[in-house]
Amino acid sequence: MVVRAVEEEKMLVQGNEAIGWGALAAGCLHFYGYPITPQNEVIEWFARELPERGGRFVQGESEAAVMNMLLGAAMAGVRVVTSTSSVGFDLMQESLSHAAAAQLPCVIVNVQRGGPGGGSTQHSQMDYLQVTRGGGNGGYKNIVLAPSSVQETSDLMQLAFYLADKWRSPIIVLTDAIVGQTAEILQRKVLDFGPLPDKDWALRGKAQQKEGKRNLAMCAPSRQSPVITDFLSSTWLLAIKELGEKWEQMEKTEVRYETYKIDDARLIVVAFGYVARISKKAVDMARSEGLKVGLLRPITLWPFPYEVIRDKARRGCKFVVAEDNLGQMLWDVRYAVEGKTDVGFVGILDRHSNSPGGMILPDRVLAEAKKMLGV
Amino acid sequence: MEKVKVYGKPELIPFVLGNCPGCSHGLVQKLLAEVIDEMGIAGNFIGIGGVGCGMATFAMMDVDGIGAAHGPALALATGLKHALFEKPIIVTAQGDGDCAAIGMGYLINAAVRAERLTCIMVNNGNYGTTGGQLAPTTLIGQVTTTSPKGRDPKWFGHPVHVPEILANIKGVAYCARTALNSPANYTRTKRYVKTAIQKQIDDVGFSFVEILAVCPPDWHMKPLQALEFLEEKTMAEFPLGEFKNVDYID
Repeated sequence: MVVRAVEEEKMLVQGNEAIGWGALAAGCLHFYGYPITPQNEVIEWFARELPERGGRFVQGESEAAVMNMLLGAAMAGVRVVTSTSSVGFDLMQESLSHAAAAQLPCVIVNVQRGGPGGGSTQHSQMDYLQVTRGGGNGGYKNIVLAPSSVQETSDLMQLAFYLADKWRSPIIVLTDAIVGQTAEILQRKVLDFGPLPDKDWALRGKAQQKEGKRNLAMCAPSRQSPVITDFLSSTWLLAIKELGEKWEQMEKTEVRYETYKIDDARLIVVAFGYVARISKKAVDMARSEGLKVGLLRPITLWPFPYEVIRDKARRGCKFVVAEDNLGQMLWDVRYAVEGKTDVGFVGILDRHSNSPGGMILPDRVLAEAKKMLGV
Repeated sequence: MEKVKVYGKPELIPFVLGNCPGCSHGLVQKLLAEVIDEMGIAGNFIGIGGVGCGMATFAMMDVDGIGAAHGPALALATGLKHALFEKPIIVTAQGDGDCAAIGMGYLINAAVRAERLTCIMVNNGNYGTTGGQLAPTTLIGQVTTTSPKGRDPKWFGHPVHVPEILANIKGVAYCARTALNSPANYTRTKRYVKTAIQKQIDDVGFSFVEILAVCPPDWHMKPLQALEFLEEKTMAEFPLGEFKNVDYID
């Protein structure tokens, strides 16, 4: 990966604004969105910044409409992004499934709020299973990137556009109200991940295509073919096979995670997003007491880093899952350890307050780690 | 004597169509292909079919074609149009269920935003693809599989008049209703569709044409009977004509 600092500028910005700066660095000029708390800074950023740079901002009438607008822009072959939060993300599931089926590159940001239903307008990590398992029909897969800081939000936005084009797939960037509304220093830079294939499948009017040949895009699994009868009958299963093989390749090659002091660890805390930062503090507190505790932070929630966890479990390492919900990533960690070791849990009920603003604090993570270690 | 082609399949339709006997959709597709050809816009054209019998309209035409989800063809069209900075001419072909039931919100909002798009709604008074269920356009008393005793307005409401609604929206440049019941009205339909597409090209605003159509199998009628029903019943409920036609929106 080549990093090019176009502007030596350092800025104090919110995570929600870093979504915009990251998209801009990736050359994205198209944002379609709908207001919802706690991501309103995102839609307002794009409304303010994109038109000035020759881009397009459209405020749709609903998240359902917005996600269809994304399909249209993706079909045209341009980089396009939307942002929403939990309940709004629900409304996008139908077209998200269509985007996966039709292999349309686009980026969807979910700044999580509390759930289920209306939940709260404040932070949570309660959408883990929805984003990692495909909330729409048909069992599709999409890569989920989970930043835990302002800088990483901007960097992963750029990676998201690259992966979207590389795999011809929707990519989800999952943050939360804390990552989104915390202000930190952002170093603006352009990340170059390498060359990408031509989008010769894009629709711009057939006069724009090579040799004036028409293109066809169906919101269903279909092989590139101008004959609709192909899509309806004889090649459907072949299209499913192609999708399945692609998802398998994505699962094999796109796992990303960060580790902190895990080499000699007897217990590893697994956490993502804002809870990973709190857990890092808990690890430092444990280490200061002489306890061999480390942190594993999945950056891709799908594909999930099963292998590294399985390997550590086989060597007798214990685990604590810390996440701001009732236990969702917990199931992935339990699956990874294959019953070979104990898995502790710190969840939303361990928050310091009963109000929607309550947070999981380092002392609760440390307490669970100590309990698991028997100290 | 030199031979002049006066009738035939447009060159933009290289595929074999699979419509039911007497269905209007083949005629709609032929008409749209002729319009695209006569306006000389095939190279710069993207057609979007909604879910239903209209899905094949552009998928099986030699232009860039899209099959949208059920309802949101105009939202998809909005994204596509803005993504390409208004360069392509985009037309959706949707059924009355796709457009006026599940898609009504997308339709109204695209019109409110004055999107430079053209929507063709083919109204055959029922959900044809799924076997003839009640649609928002089904006539009072008309029997469908979900109104087996006929449409009762007490429970199902009254048939919806879409262009009349759109005429009240400022962002609409053109809206009209026509029918495919006679050669004269075929010609009228072509004129309406051309006017609608021209509004998009001229950057005026949103344009819409409703085409009254027949669905002989789901109406349980022979093709000629279905045409008689269209003229006697459907056209009595839904008057033909242009409801709005403006050259600029201030």
